[in-house]
Amino acid sequence: MMTGNLKFAAVLGLGFAAVLAAGPASAQVKIGAVLSVSGPASFLGDPEKKTLDIYVDDINAKGGINGQKLQLVLYDDGGDANAARTFATRLVEEDKVAAVVGGTTTGTTMAMMPVFEDAQTPFISLAGAIEIIQPVRKWVFKTPHTDRMACEKIFADLKRRNLTKVALISGTDAFGHSMRDQCIAVAPAANITIAEVENYGPTDSDMTPQLTKIKAAPGIQAVINTGFGQGPAIVTRDYRQLGIEYPFYESHGVASKQYIGLAGAAADGVRLPAAALLVADKLPDNDPQKPVVVAYKNTFEAKTGQPVSTFGGHAYDGLMILAAAAKRAGSFDRAKLRDEIEQTRGYVGTAGMVNMSPTDHLGLNLSAFRMLEIKNGDWALVSDSGS
Amino acid sequence: MAEFLQFIFSGLTVGAIYALVAIGFTLIYNASDVVNFAQGEFVMLGGMTTVFLGYAGVPLPLAAIAAVLVSTAIGLALYRFAIATAAGANAVTLIIITIGASIFLRGAAEVVFDKRFHTLPPLFGSDPIRVGGAAILPQSLIVFAGAAIIVVLLWAFIDRTLFGKAVIATSANRIAARLVGIDTRVIVAACFALSAAIGAIAGILITPITLTSYNAGTLLALKGFAAVMLGGIGSAAGAMVGGILLGLLEALAAGYLSASYKDAVALVVILCVLFVLPQGLFGKTKVERV
Amino acid sequence: MNVLALFDRLRSPQRHRLILLIPLAVFILLLPLLFSSAYYYRVAALVFIFAIAALGLNLLMGFAGQVSLGHAGFMGIGAYAVTIGPTHLGIPPLFSFLLGAALSAVVAFLVGRPILRLKEHYLAVATLGFGVLVAIVFTNEAGWTGGPDGMTVPGLTLMDWSIRGAGAWYWIAAISFLLGAALALNLADSPTGRALRAIHDSEIAARVLGVDVAKKKLIVFVVSAVYASIAGSYFGLINGYITPDVSGFLRSIELVAMVVLGGMGSVIGSLVGAAVLVILPQALTVFHDYEHIVLGLIVMSVMIFLRRGIVPSLAAALGERRAK
Repeated sequence: MMTGNLKFAAVLGLGFAAVLAAGPASAQVKIGAVLSVSGPASFLGDPEKKTLDIYVDDINAKGGINGQKLQLVLYDDGGDANAARTFATRLVEEDKVAAVVGGTTTGTTMAMMPVFEDAQTPFISLAGAIEIIQPVRKWVFKTPHTDRMACEKIFADLKRRNLTKVALISGTDAFGHSMRDQCIAVAPAANITIAEVENYGPTDSDMTPQLTKIKAAPGIQAVINTGFGQGPAIVTRDYRQLGIEYPFYESHGVASKQYIGLAGAAADGVRLPAAALLVADKLPDNDPQKPVVVAYKNTFEAKTGQPVSTFGGHAYDGLMILAAAAKRAGSFDRAKLRDEIEQTRGYVGTAGMVNMSPTDHLGLNLSAFRMLEIKNGDWALVSDSGS
Repeated sequence: MAEFLQFIFSGLTVGAIYALVAIGFTLIYNASDVVNFAQGEFVMLGGMTTVFLGYAGVPLPLAAIAAVLVSTAIGLALYRFAIATAAGANAVTLIIITIGASIFLRGAAEVVFDKRFHTLPPLFGSDPIRVGGAAILPQSLIVFAGAAIIVVLLWAFIDRTLFGKAVIATSANRIAARLVGIDTRVIVAACFALSAAIGAIAGILITPITLTSYNAGTLLALKGFAAVMLGGIGSAAGAMVGGILLGLLEALAAGYLSASYKDAVALVVILCVLFVLPQGLFGKTKVERV
Repeated sequence: MNVLALFDRLRSPQRHRLILLIPLAVFILLLPLLFSSAYYYRVAALVFIFAIAALGLNLLMGFAGQVSLGHAGFMGIGAYAVTIGPTHLGIPPLFSFLLGAALSAVVAFLVGRPILRLKEHYLAVATLGFGVLVAIVFTNEAGWTGGPDGMTVPGLTLMDWSIRGAGAWYWIAAISFLLGAALALNLADSPTGRALRAIHDSEIAARVLGVDVAKKKLIVFVVSAVYASIAGSYFGLINGYITPDVSGFLRSIELVAMVVLGGMGSVIGSLVGAAVLVILPQALTVFHDYEHIVLGLIVMSVMIFLRRGIVPSLAAALGERRAK
């Protein structure tokens, strides 16, 4: 038995070492990414991965940055914060990356942040929660709009339509829950009353009980659904199934043609705040975002055969902001990169115009969101007058 | 009253879904004492294969049939390569093997299909039927009818055919069955195939309601397993009743208590039932030989 | 008087324990020689953390033969204890850690009494229900737990010395595992351990022999819950952040897989099983999109060909060779 145990110890140790010694061959500059490509957030992580793959290749094909080619080191955390942190440690200790674009979900981002802060590596997050940039952390930035902005945009539209009493139905996933909390927090300042709050599980297949309660509640004038993935599509269909007639708002979590495909005819008339990326072709020609979003949309759809999604757009913005900062810095020194990322001004991306500062590591304002309405199975811009 | 009716409709819809998954669990367990945690993946395969064949241009009815055949083949492969080769392993090892199989099938689906959500068109349109102030989708009735038909057909098969008798014999006592000349390997393989087919049919029927994606199987397996235990393992009728009951519990809890805790309420009820009836509602009391 | 003579004078069970524990201690001491960065320390620390939980579960499943598909629930209690204690209740982290273990013991005691009357698959689903219930509570009670997004775990300070960094956690986790292994071996050789093995073989026979079956099962359930809670607390502290899926169904399944893969009833098996399931996802990244396919195949193959678990199967094979 003794020799048996010693053998195990040896095998274990050797196995450990051998397996981890097989690292990637060293190339030029390494850019790290930890995304939730599989798992419950794969709906977001997969387009993010595809986008980074396409555009890192694109940058390299055009000669790289500062005369150096980029190597993308990408790990899939499966939506698990523990795995994300391990991969973050790996990126910093083993792969020694210059910067990181990633963190598909708030949970994975929050778990990874301390690792990148300690290693003084610039980190551009692709997650939604406002806690990522408030309080501002020196090395952490983010590209997606915050969920608070989404709430504010919806409330502004509600006020234009003279609707003040709303019901909120949210998924208990992190995205839906976080946005729900923000909406509840921001409502009083916007003179909106949230009269009824309901929840559903992100993998539930029938939300009629919750919607029935909303339908029975008195005085409701509109309903807002926060969540992402399959839940909102089912909520939308159930909403029409029950014949509820109030105006229905979705969140930017459904900002993909897929939602329309899944919800079908039930999606007509639904309004949501979204990035200009979704209505790229319908933007007026003088819109500064039009060239960027049309180019991204066409490239993404051509290379992947899938409809464009704003989540991929966030990854695009993250990579482009990083690339522009590297060009301005003239090197991939982490401290210089960080300083230049913070100096990003007037960058026009898929999410909007980005103006960062030492106190604002997001750089978007409310104008970055457009209010869209679904008409005849396609997106339509709601003009500022509200129609 | 209209609200109560709506909650009932919701519960029956979801319950029928769980029942279909649960029936698949029961069949394999009866024949081989294996709890097949890859059962959810059969359901996923039924829906996803149909969807992707449809995208490729195959007419949906043909795609559905092909999906069932694919799933059946995979069920047989699972038995032949994973379960039969591990003959004699203890119950927990077999469960881990089926878990490994479910990881494998999900990983394969990730690569062969994609990571997005998909749906199928409902069989009789999406206009809800209004009854007493509540609305139910025609597809829900189809799922319910499908579950009922499958249970009846299964009962007829097990009770009325020679092959079915052989299944009963195998589940009662494997060695005795072999002694009377039954090739138990064929029986068990057939049960795997049948379970996979039932799972695939379930997937095709429920996708218009629940949508589908490469990891849709995990949660379904979980709920199906809970439903089976509630009904009592080993009984197909128990699986159906367990599934419907679980669905109703969730819907009523969501409607009258708290939607956030509806799963918790359902689980607590299951636990209470098990404390009183340790073999589930319809389970047979096991005789333990010392 | 030399060491060997001392060794010979020990009674047989104690000798067996040392034969296992000394090489383990040496392994733990020497392993860091292979580490070239904090990444290795982190992975190794995680291996030992999960090994502690797997060891506890092994006592329940391997020795006593009771299956639990909800053990991650106790990990969650331990993890959230070290989070909620300092953040919301002002209790120092070390004390919160102990409170978490105590709370897990109490919960295990209360839940175990009714649940352990169930058998086999029914016990499995009941423990599954328990684990999922715990996860649901953590997800919903956002005021306390931060909700589905999770919350930050305050750092651990021992008398002004802040414990951070993967290196520190490697030593804490590895030494805890060593202690846990010593305790487990002690339990296995004690009358309680023998009673558990009798219960595993046949509950009725054990009862006929005068074993208080219910009490023994409850003891091992509580002990395994405390192991899981300790592992959960370490897990929260090393990551500095905790999300509700620490108690999720998938985590519970992972723990069961570690026990079965490593070898039920084998202390070293718990370590091996944990090592396999923690290291594999890191090693399999080379397969990119095919990662899960390979993982599934590996799990299935190991279980089919080494069906008693890695350690017992390999020990049997090596034993055979020596006998020839």
